[in-house]
Amino acid sequence: MNIKNIKNQFSIFTNHPDVVYLDNAASTQTPDAVLDAMNIYYTNYRANIHRGLYSFSDLATQTYEKARDSIAKFIGADSQEIVFTGGVTHGLNMLAAGLGKYLKPGDNVVLTEMEHHANIIPWQEASKIYGFELRFIPVVDFKLDMDVADQLIDERTKIVSFTAISNAIGTINPVHEIITLAKKIDAITVVDYAQAITSYNLDVRKLNCDFLVFSGHKMCGPTGIGVLYGKKERLEALDPFMYGGGMIREVSLAGASWADAPAKFEGGTPNISGAIGLGAAIDFLTGLGMEQIKEHRAGLAAYLVQELSKVVNIIGNVDEAKRSGVVSFAVGDVHAHDVADILNSNNVAIRAGHHCAMPLMKKLGISGTARASIGIYNSKEDVNRLVQGIGKVKEIFKI
Amino acid sequence: MNAAEFDNELDMVYKEMILDLYRNPLNKKSLSDFDFMHREFNPTCGDDIQIAIKFNEHGTVADVGHMGTGCAISQAGVSLLTDAIKNKSKEQIKQMSKDDVLELLQIPISHTRLKCALLGWSVLQSLT
Repeated sequence: MNIKNIKNQFSIFTNHPDVVYLDNAASTQTPDAVLDAMNIYYTNYRANIHRGLYSFSDLATQTYEKARDSIAKFIGADSQEIVFTGGVTHGLNMLAAGLGKYLKPGDNVVLTEMEHHANIIPWQEASKIYGFELRFIPVVDFKLDMDVADQLIDERTKIVSFTAISNAIGTINPVHEIITLAKKIDAITVVDYAQAITSYNLDVRKLNCDFLVFSGHKMCGPTGIGVLYGKKERLEALDPFMYGGGMIREVSLAGASWADAPAKFEGGTPNISGAIGLGAAIDFLTGLGMEQIKEHRAGLAAYLVQELSKVVNIIGNVDEAKRSGVVSFAVGDVHAHDVADILNSNNVAIRAGHHCAMPLMKKLGISGTARASIGIYNSKEDVNRLVQGIGKVKEIFKI
Repeated sequence: MNAAEFDNELDMVYKEMILDLYRNPLNKKSLSDFDFMHREFNPTCGDDIQIAIKFNEHGTVADVGHMGTGCAISQAGVSLLTDAIKNKSKEQIKQMSKDDVLELLQIPISHTRLKCALLGWSVLQSLT
């Protein structure tokens, strides 16, 4: 893959050629093609969808639905199994509220100790209301302890919800193994695919999960848009989360009946330009070639781990097969915040903090980490700049 | 900014004093006997500071200690602040402004580091 050609397709890199952006686990840059698609909506056929009979509205509706079709194709699903959401956090809140209400005391939901807060708190709140138990697959040596997982997932387990790749330490979880354990006792499976969506060719049929969530802004799409995938029968059984216009069949003063999925879950005017942008992002990625993207990411992740290991302590696995290009590290006793600030002065953007994974940080006995994460437009030169910046940190703190 | 300008700016912030206070903070201890104890933290970066104060019969600070973890600027800030409030009364402590605290550090504090520099001060805002 020609990185220079890719970077040229992002105006932000033309505007800021000196910036090395290595915070892709937080959010990715948006290519001009996506911005253009959104802009064309606003300047040529701006209208609400599913409602108007005039041309603008018809085109807006078609483009919005075409984006849904593209997403379905991208992940191996049917279009009616794709629900547009505001992002992963929104999707997980929908599931915890919608699935949680059918659980009772004695039932349990299994999560993991490495989950992002978005896949912990909604379940905590639901468990307070409906009385079910929350269990957490422990993290040992930066990996999930699958022996314990086997014990935790028992005949009272109703839902297993877990992340495919940890946003904090980059661990790649044994997704198929976990889904198999859940299927043995007919538990519903929810996969947080936020960090994995550009790392693999996702085929939800092969994965055979019940629900899966990801966000547009982590795959070169705009912010404020995401996807909840659900197997047809699961979405049919799930109650709506947000009630209002567009998600109904009939309404009287006495009550309402729901539309079919996915409309059932898309009440109110959605993020129309966001959906259109996400469709354009998928075209952009498939245009580059998912195989090439996968290869590039894997190669660069390996280089990142290799080069960082020489100069810092990596907080995570160093075994290539079990980790992604999301790398947490510590520079001696320097606080992550100082590391990030000094790197920022050198135009290298990384993240410092607990990465919305406080339970994991507590388990690891630390308050936070410095985290570098690669995107499709990063190169070996970017990694080298990161290493140079770390050299500066060591110089200042006399390590 | 060019490389030389970067270096100058970093050197201005990470002066000897700041690094020294990070590695050897002043008043870093817990108090078993205290009249005031409060904790604040900056969830975006993981700075976490707790300050405990014991007042004497004249109403001035007899002993003060801070615990927790944080970046160089927050540790330097709370070190200098806890030193500065020794022998002060509650009223005098409450009169200390954000600017007073920033002045203690004697370094330029950028917008992104303000919360770090003022974390200790924000703990003391709970003093009644």
